[in-house]
Amino acid sequence: MYMDKSIEELHELLKEGKVTSKELIKESLVKSHEVQEKYNAFVTICDDAKETSVTDELVSGIPFGVKDNYSTKDVLSTGSSNTLKNYVPFYTATVVQKLFDKGAIMANKTVLDEFGMGGTGTTGHTGIVKNPWDPKRMCAGSSAGSACAVAAGVYPYALGSDTGDSIRKPAAFCGIVGYKPTYGMLSRYGLFPFASSLDHCGVLTRSVKDAAIVVDAMKGKDSHDMTSWDSSKINLTKSLNGDVKGKKLFYIKEIANIDNYPHASLQLKEHLENFHNTLDKFRSIGVEIDEVSIDQRLLNAIPSVYVVLSCAEATSNMSNLTGIIFGPRGKSDKITDMMMEHRTKGFSPLIKRRFVIGSYILQKENQERYFKNAARVRRLIVDKMKELFKDYDGLILPVSSGPAKFLQEGDDTIDENTNVLEEHLQIGNFGGFPSITIPDGFINNLPVGINITGNCYDDSNVLNLAFALESTMNYKGQIAKEVK
Amino acid sequence: MKKQKAVIGLEMHCELKSNSKVFSPARNTYNEVPNANIAPVDMAFPGTLPVVNKKCVADALKMSMALNCKQPEYMYFDRKNYYYPDLPKGYQITQMESPVGINGHIEIEVGEKLVPVDIHDIHLEEDAASLDHYFDTSTIDYNRAGVPLLELVTEPCLHSAEEAVAFLEHMRDVYKYCDVSEADTKKGQIRCDVNISIMDEDATEFGTRVEVKNVNSFGGVYDAINYEIKRQSELKEAGRYDEVEQETRRWDEESGTTIHMRSKVDAIDYKYFVEPNIPKYKITKEWLEELKKEIPRLHLERKYDYINNYGLSNYDATILVKEKNVADYFEECLDLGIDAKVASNWITTQVLGYTNKYEVDIKDVYLTPKRLKDLTDLISKGTISSKQAKDIFFKVMEEKKEVKDFVSKDNAQISDKEELTKIIDDIIANNPNQVEEYRGGKTNLFDYFVGQVMKNTRGKANPVLTKEILNYKLKG
Repeated sequence: MYMDKSIEELHELLKEGKVTSKELIKESLVKSHEVQEKYNAFVTICDDAKETSVTDELVSGIPFGVKDNYSTKDVLSTGSSNTLKNYVPFYTATVVQKLFDKGAIMANKTVLDEFGMGGTGTTGHTGIVKNPWDPKRMCAGSSAGSACAVAAGVYPYALGSDTGDSIRKPAAFCGIVGYKPTYGMLSRYGLFPFASSLDHCGVLTRSVKDAAIVVDAMKGKDSHDMTSWDSSKINLTKSLNGDVKGKKLFYIKEIANIDNYPHASLQLKEHLENFHNTLDKFRSIGVEIDEVSIDQRLLNAIPSVYVVLSCAEATSNMSNLTGIIFGPRGKSDKITDMMMEHRTKGFSPLIKRRFVIGSYILQKENQERYFKNAARVRRLIVDKMKELFKDYDGLILPVSSGPAKFLQEGDDTIDENTNVLEEHLQIGNFGGFPSITIPDGFINNLPVGINITGNCYDDSNVLNLAFALESTMNYKGQIAKEVK
Repeated sequence: MKKQKAVIGLEMHCELKSNSKVFSPARNTYNEVPNANIAPVDMAFPGTLPVVNKKCVADALKMSMALNCKQPEYMYFDRKNYYYPDLPKGYQITQMESPVGINGHIEIEVGEKLVPVDIHDIHLEEDAASLDHYFDTSTIDYNRAGVPLLELVTEPCLHSAEEAVAFLEHMRDVYKYCDVSEADTKKGQIRCDVNISIMDEDATEFGTRVEVKNVNSFGGVYDAINYEIKRQSELKEAGRYDEVEQETRRWDEESGTTIHMRSKVDAIDYKYFVEPNIPKYKITKEWLEELKKEIPRLHLERKYDYINNYGLSNYDATILVKEKNVADYFEECLDLGIDAKVASNWITTQVLGYTNKYEVDIKDVYLTPKRLKDLTDLISKGTISSKQAKDIFFKVMEEKKEVKDFVSKDNAQISDKEELTKIIDDIIANNPNQVEEYRGGKTNLFDYFVGQVMKNTRGKANPVLTKEILNYKLKG
């Protein structure tokens, strides 16, 4: 058993010849089929994956997973949508290619909520993804398959994408690390777009260091993506020294203070208690943490701003899905009917609903009221954060209102006021901020997570904070164990 | 019915020259082979992203300045969303909120009159793919998808088909002068939409506007406008002006008519919003200054310069400024000190005659302004005659040699006064009778003596000098 190890450990073993790349692939593929059987995490398992030679690159010779909304040459790339169920691209996304160039091996393509739109991992065209800690529960989404596979020990890391919280929430529900760097540190070329101004590439791992290693291997300015920037002076892995004395963080009172939830469930109470206990651990290693109050109205606007902007951009971004050039072609003599049939049959009801919202918002008579106002509120929220980042190294908050939810709604009724608690990670997408979730405990034997978000370009600082906090707890490298 | 006035506004789309397309790395060249110039982004494969071609932005800004427009502080693009088979992404990247130029104004020449034209805006966008329709199928060629397009929108300030066409021709020349486009209508590089309404001559409110889309030749624009003016006027005349509706029509070349496409109520909501994949960037003053220097003096300015300051005729000046390379050649001649009219004559007759016949560019002609200067100097010095100069002109072109290589003892004019005097003295001595008659009043014998000199020198005697000496000698 090797696939439960960290990238550095595997690299050492490969270097010393104690294991071969071929053996790692074999193990990863066997594990993939087991996980597929149990949790339905993959669209494609690359049974023909070939070993690579081991070099000084840490990722060389080691298998990894790719969310199925990344374009991979000669390998089916569906975005978990029927509209692309037969689409085999002829080019590879920049970040995936960078990993290939360094000798990493793609073991499978993972299931997502259709085109990343959804937070449950249940809307992919190949069916729902189950949580490896408890198959009755969801992984959250949209990077559900990637989170599931990493947590289940299929490989040390998998690529995800994050438009609202699609990496950072499933990471929390699966008890692993999820990191999306500053907007533009990773090229989006080859990532199927959902909402371009909010879309981020990122990674799911079992440790902060692995997250740093993988992003270091993928980052860089890309001539195919004008929003990418030169980060050659940043070395995330090297900046992990664990020294956080004198660092300052804040949490938002309206989100994380238990007093804000007069009717809190036992679970929510435990979750917030665990959060504050984690803060105490952080304080014990020299980090100062303040409670900051932010206008509740601004916070309440977060989910609707997200819906407005993401649906509007999504409507436009997915207008290329007509079945004319790629994807299954609709059957009709008339071209408009061909497109109509392709889209009607191809998209799930959830997506269609979002398209209707997006179209409505973008209509000439509604633009000012919805689209432009949402853009203005986005700016207000980002400005508020940037103002706070002048005094603080980052924002620290609990992820979601507790552990993974049941696939079938049961006792898991949503508490009043938890709307913002569920959706606040979207702040990181509004501002393009670096943001990382790490596991910080268990509630009813199910993992929960905590998130640190910092200012743009301050990835090294954010990761080092997460690295230091991780070292005060025992969840690093944990593999999912099914609980009864 | 009162006299009617037409009000016309134009939208002119012109493809720009560039190595690669405006948001894609595919080549931007005319290609007979369908789907040969394409990159993944041109066919909107999932995950592809636009990358702005800086050269296209530079050219667009240049045109904005050439049209005296106001340039924006920031450059960014918008998406225009609609479904059509020739538009793979389902949206066109264009400029709605912040075009490269707004509120411009220029003067054009209509006949010999100057007419002001107000420019609403000029913006940079991408072209769509081209469709070909057959009996039971249609084909799509993506070569054109993503080709840089400049769209220029005038205010409704033109009043006749003549003015509209004059404007388009003027703009075509401006594009060519600035070297930003081949502006060739035959290659479909210029396409127009025309907005036409009519109103009582003394009215202040515009009539109902009809848009005619996709007119692909200047002749088509001319005919479409006149057709629409006639159609609308006839309806008005018949008291049925309410039948003129705000609508979009298309020009049908074959029947020479316009045909209804869609009414205003069916107008498409393009749901414009900012293109998120292209970051906003500042257009610096320095960059604009640099670009401004690259804009050449335009044809109309040069034309009036030639007429007013060099005494050329409107006719000759028009020929000289038609192409920038010709005007540049002419101006180089002026810089070298060739007399303007002499240079103009040589260029408009000999040089252009040659370039037209052999279909070469004037800047590639072997007889450079410097060599033309050598040639005209020899004429003015009297070393060669005009007739000889023309022969030498062709020899220089054909044999690619210097002018002086064709001026030898054999063909040089005899301009030596002493030598000519000696010859003339001999002729006078050998023709005593004719001399007598001439001096007796038969002055038309003068030509006889000139003829004798020419015969004697095999035509090489400098005619001016010959006449001068003969005059002197025959007086006695």
